[in-house]
Amino acid sequence: MNNRLPLRARVAIYGLICLLAIPFVFPTWWMVTSSFKPVSDIFAFPPSLIPTELSFSAYRRVFELQPFAQQYLNSAYIAAVVTVGTLAVSSLAGYAFARIRFRGQHALFLVVLVGLLIPSEVTIVPLFQMFNSVGMIDTHWPLILVPTLGAPSVLATFIMRQFFITLPGELEEAARVDGLGRLATFWRIALPLARPALGAVAIFTFLHSWNLYLEPIVFLSTPEKFTLPQALTQFVDAYGGPMWDVQLSAASMTALPVLVVFVIAQRQFIEGLAHTGLKG
Amino acid sequence: MPVLTDNVAGRAEPRPAPGGTAASPRRRWWTSRRRDQLAGLLFVTPQLVGTALFVLLPLGLVVWYSLHEWNVLADTFDFVGTDNYRELVDDPKLPGVLRSTLFFSVGLVVFNLALALLLAVLLNQRLRGTVVFRTLFFSPVVVSLVAWTIVWGFLLQDNGGVNGVAGAVGLDGPNWLRGEWTALLSVIVVQVVKNVGLNMVLFLAALQGVPAELYEAARVEGASRWTQFRRITVPLISPTILLTSIITVVGALQVFAQIAVLTQGGPGTSTTVLVYYLYQQAFQFHQFGYGSTLSVLLFLIVLTLTVVQWRMRRKWVFHEQ
Repeated sequence: MNNRLPLRARVAIYGLICLLAIPFVFPTWWMVTSSFKPVSDIFAFPPSLIPTELSFSAYRRVFELQPFAQQYLNSAYIAAVVTVGTLAVSSLAGYAFARIRFRGQHALFLVVLVGLLIPSEVTIVPLFQMFNSVGMIDTHWPLILVPTLGAPSVLATFIMRQFFITLPGELEEAARVDGLGRLATFWRIALPLARPALGAVAIFTFLHSWNLYLEPIVFLSTPEKFTLPQALTQFVDAYGGPMWDVQLSAASMTALPVLVVFVIAQRQFIEGLAHTGLKG
Repeated sequence: MPVLTDNVAGRAEPRPAPGGTAASPRRRWWTSRRRDQLAGLLFVTPQLVGTALFVLLPLGLVVWYSLHEWNVLADTFDFVGTDNYRELVDDPKLPGVLRSTLFFSVGLVVFNLALALLLAVLLNQRLRGTVVFRTLFFSPVVVSLVAWTIVWGFLLQDNGGVNGVAGAVGLDGPNWLRGEWTALLSVIVVQVVKNVGLNMVLFLAALQGVPAELYEAARVEGASRWTQFRRITVPLISPTILLTSIITVVGALQVFAQIAVLTQGGPGTSTTVLVYYLYQQAFQFHQFGYGSTLSVLLFLIVLTLTVVQWRMRRKWVFHEQ
């Protein structure tokens, strides 16, 4: 295949790809390098791609100005709980809708699918009121319960169902011969086979929770309870202007761990997402 | 297009013999059919309860609230019938908001799909190093959304990186976030670059499913590369184009954080999309009633677009058979 394209075409394609890659790579690079620059160098022109002297003062100030370690922990534990919870809820429901026959199945599946049509932004006012009436405002409960059980998990259930449908029908037969009940069949046979789909759902769910912004700013008001996206916008000076160096340091700390995991496992990430459930 | 169209009923599944081999005569009523009935219901219960509590109930409530004059600060909650909907029609800001929403969504979808397809075609050329580039183009997807937005806010400052680069090639860049059109364009570009990797990956998977013989045949008949792309590639990946366009349109209508961080809806209402306006009304001006009315409007728009796009697939999505 390689030699089908003439050399000039290949050079042209590489050139175009490199040019297009700039806005994808440059911002992250700029964010990380600038976070180590002294404030005076951040807006320097021409911009230096590598900091000439390393300055960690902005990183220190991140932790002085906000309870950033606590906020980091908040985001991490909420995302972890939501991911595990969504995997449990969606794989159980997805398995039942795909492989168990029970009365009311079609109607119930349609009810669940309605969740795909309702972005959570639409219901933010009543959700606020509901959690307010049970005293859960300024707690993490809304950020855990709604994604795990509400609209976002419906997409996960749908993806799991699409996956379980493709498993061969001998699955149940083999399980029955072995005398397994439904739960054991699900846990010991179906779930291990569903690892790629579970991986894709886990990645989606984690990123969704990690990026949540509207919900935290609506539900939370105490800095100790903030999540990272919310915390990142709090580094402003007395006039409300952003403290760029501190913001960039906090942003780097937020972005880098996920980015590193992605680069290490990029094949599983990308191919899992491309080949599971969402493929039309 | 198996997604959403295939039906639970259409799937044949081996049924256990009545009574089951494992059941003893004494407990024959406890058939595998009954057991499945119970297991099925139990398995879907968490998802069902969640959908009822956090999707359907709030959807009902939002319609109910939209019929009320409800100011949270003043603690008023009065039934006013369709007054909020009349206010919607008369709201002098709403045309601007809808215009911004339309331009933002259309710009986002067109730019996103075109770029995703271009990148997928380029990376599908089986050149060396495409895996590296695929990783690079996908990487913004995993960068924290607000972190990404903050960096772009920084780069788009009048004296920021974008104008630095523009200046280096002799251009005098505008103050991006302060002009109406440049602000809208900036928000679109920031969002497209962030998420285009997802659609690119879906397109790549679809492109790899197009049989190579079709291109061979087309070449034999002397079709140009452009004709091959239009007549073979596009029809064969049209189910993916439909799927990605639905995901992207609905996603465009949900964009909030980027706007809150980059422009706060300004200048004027040039980047005030519907979700941002609804947030302002409900949580900054404390008008829960009117905010709910805007939520209903948002829901109707999402619903209409999804149904229309779904209908369209009959017209232009290619089906093998």
